[in-house]
Amino acid sequence: MAEKKEYKVIGTRPIRHDGVDKVTGRALYGADFQMTGLLHGRVLRSPHAHARIISIDTSRAEAYPGVKGVVTAQDLPEAEDRVADLGEGAVNLKYLCDNILASDKVLYKGHAVAAVAATSPHIAEEACTLIDVEYEVLPPVLEVRQAMESDAPLLHETLKTTSMGETADEPSNVASHIQHQLGDPEKGFAEADIVVERDFVTGTVHQGYIEPHNATAHFNQDGQLTIWCSTQGAFTVREQVAEILQYPISKIKVVPMEIGGGFGGKISVYIKPVAALLAKKTGKPVKVLMSRTEVFEGTGPTPASYVRVKMGATKDGKITAAEAYLAFEAGAYPGAPVGPGAMCIFAPYSIENVIIDGYDVVVNKPKTAPYRAPGAPNAAFGSESVVDEIAEKLDIDPLEIRLLNGAKEGDRRADGPIHPRIGCIETLEVAKAHPHYSAPNGKKHHGRGIASGYWFNIGLESSVTINVNSDGTINLIEGSTDIGGTRSSIAMQAAEVLGIPAESVNPSVVDTNSVGYTAVTGGSRTTYATGYAAYEAAQDVKRKMSARAAKLWEVDEDNVQFADGEFSCINGKEEQISFRDLCARLGETGGPVVGSGTVNPGGAGGAYATHMVDVAVDEDTGKVEILRYTAVQDAGKAIHPSYVEGQIQGGAVQGIGWALNEEYIYNDEGTMTNASFLDYRMPTCLDLPMIDAVIVEVPNPGHPYGVRGVGEVPIVPPMAAIANAIYDAIGVRMTELPMSPDRLLKAMGKI
Amino acid sequence: MPTVVIPPLMRKFTGGEENITLPGATVREVIDNLESRYPGMKERLCEEDRLKPGIAIYINGLLTRGSFLERVDTDAEIHFLPAIGGGVAEPSH
Repeated sequence: MAEKKEYKVIGTRPIRHDGVDKVTGRALYGADFQMTGLLHGRVLRSPHAHARIISIDTSRAEAYPGVKGVVTAQDLPEAEDRVADLGEGAVNLKYLCDNILASDKVLYKGHAVAAVAATSPHIAEEACTLIDVEYEVLPPVLEVRQAMESDAPLLHETLKTTSMGETADEPSNVASHIQHQLGDPEKGFAEADIVVERDFVTGTVHQGYIEPHNATAHFNQDGQLTIWCSTQGAFTVREQVAEILQYPISKIKVVPMEIGGGFGGKISVYIKPVAALLAKKTGKPVKVLMSRTEVFEGTGPTPASYVRVKMGATKDGKITAAEAYLAFEAGAYPGAPVGPGAMCIFAPYSIENVIIDGYDVVVNKPKTAPYRAPGAPNAAFGSESVVDEIAEKLDIDPLEIRLLNGAKEGDRRADGPIHPRIGCIETLEVAKAHPHYSAPNGKKHHGRGIASGYWFNIGLESSVTINVNSDGTINLIEGSTDIGGTRSSIAMQAAEVLGIPAESVNPSVVDTNSVGYTAVTGGSRTTYATGYAAYEAAQDVKRKMSARAAKLWEVDEDNVQFADGEFSCINGKEEQISFRDLCARLGETGGPVVGSGTVNPGGAGGAYATHMVDVAVDEDTGKVEILRYTAVQDAGKAIHPSYVEGQIQGGAVQGIGWALNEEYIYNDEGTMTNASFLDYRMPTCLDLPMIDAVIVEVPNPGHPYGVRGVGEVPIVPPMAAIANAIYDAIGVRMTELPMSPDRLLKAMGKI
Repeated sequence: MPTVVIPPLMRKFTGGEENITLPGATVREVIDNLESRYPGMKERLCEEDRLKPGIAIYINGLLTRGSFLERVDTDAEIHFLPAIGGGVAEPSH
């Protein structure tokens, strides 16, 4: 398994299977969906960040011409305060339902309160203004440290802090406390010659996917509910909707349309159950589309956070101890990604003495959702800045100190498990040898920064079915939403097994009735796990096709071997037939051949990245310009190198946006004041140089081709790399994100 | 015998001991034996016949689905860790 070897398909760069449809505009997205008798839904949202709902009167809206139905939380089945198993995670059902349509309290500006279905979107929008909601406005709490104060306004009167199964006595905004400890941190710090400790603050940041959320729902006369939508996981939509509506899974079909970006933000459901409720109430299909402002205000961003990092090292650069305090904003309901942050923060290093405390804290902002390596970038901004500062104080090269302390196979992570084969050192070595690292960079106010990052990646369930066609092609049926070219990277793994070109595979992403259970496209799992399922399905095809060849040649199956797309007889008969030619003879050898593969692999294999960046800081305006950016990453085995490079570049760019510009800006009342792409400043190609993506291949022993997930780790290093570059340029340590011009000017004492 | 690495927040049950060696061929047997030796541990880890939400099991460094039926090798290392929240990687129960 996973030895380096030569491949015919893997590692090549065929044109993606969905490419023509995407670039010609023929690909169908959720907003394109049309149906006879379609109604249009709109959602009324809270104008307050924190308020009790006294009453909702929908009578004026219901009487408005063209309105066919209005729903509120009263139309949802009564949600129990219990934890539901949704396949991708355990979720408190009451919280889940209240986030769909608020029942007793609104907990953030933009929280959904009611929805209208009407004959046009304009009528539905107008009717929303006719819904009378009486609120008792409550003081909001908008910042994690304030929310942790004992006298802070409580979002949930019944929420109590849990710590590994133990529940506190008093209500609190702190939903949970986690801790990891390794060795003896006190002893480790005592052994250090230098200790650096700093506080860091990161802002609330949205995934910024271009396509807003959308959903069309329809109930057939027999009660079958179908939902067409944009999602990262059709099966998790089915599970969430089933729980929220208390409706049988067998009566729900979810059809994933093409997706215009998700980055983790299209796993949770928002308007899908609302569209279903409206469809049920009106007896008509109902389509709900979000506006960009709704996406910002009503869907999950990644959390703002407060991070404190303390690290100690000997004079020769050996890190002896590390300590981290991570407080993450969960938004309105528990579930901040502080767990992953705590897992990843010190994972690039081999440190004997570590203690990490993490806190999941509710605040009056939208419930956070995953965003590319959720939690890890917040944490790495702190740890990678402190490592840089230690290197600088000890006068050690920042790459050398990382190499000296770099994590290796057999080292124990701070959260306990031992690293399997990993590529941390390899990415550092490749970065050190890269021409970027030795290029001159001595101009005034120019600086260079380095940072590393880790993401553990996940496996979970995937299913693939392969139908063999008589012309030598195969139809590959899968349940993973295609983000970033996964149709092709999955198809290529099947093609490699069968010795056929990638172009001979026709991959289809199908609905929940048409393929076996498949977990979300998330956690950097799709090319790894669904690719693994495709490998298994192709192996199944190969076995069945071998049996057909044996039948054709009237020999035992043991006498057939397969290599390079050719079946051959090894009992002296000298028979040979290509995969393609054998496909043409399926009818006479027994009929159709269908292969299937289902996996739930545990060996996802963590991924490491090391980034280096050159910046120029404008001393007068505080603007930071990215001059050069190199991202080195271990991909295990790059199935389609172009798409791996695309993921690395995309992750780095999103990290640059997070580092320099992006944040939710709130006023004191808890209203986001920049809820549009004009004011929420994401980087464009005009802001960026070409990102040089360098692929390192340290095969993952947990996958037949050595694949590691690649989509998430590239967003982990950029913030610290840029902060370290800014320090190199102007001598100022930036500890708050984003490092926007005003914060730079303030840090430089200019304002 | 398998080794259970006790989470820091639960080491008061074991008098500060970090690594506990216990017999058990499945997760269920290991947890039952843990409870026999350190009463109260099971209540912290489990509710009804499953792990509590928010707690995950790693066996030999690999995240499992948290099933009590999961087989455990004689030299296995078992971690009870905070489940990974955030929607992408928390195991179902």
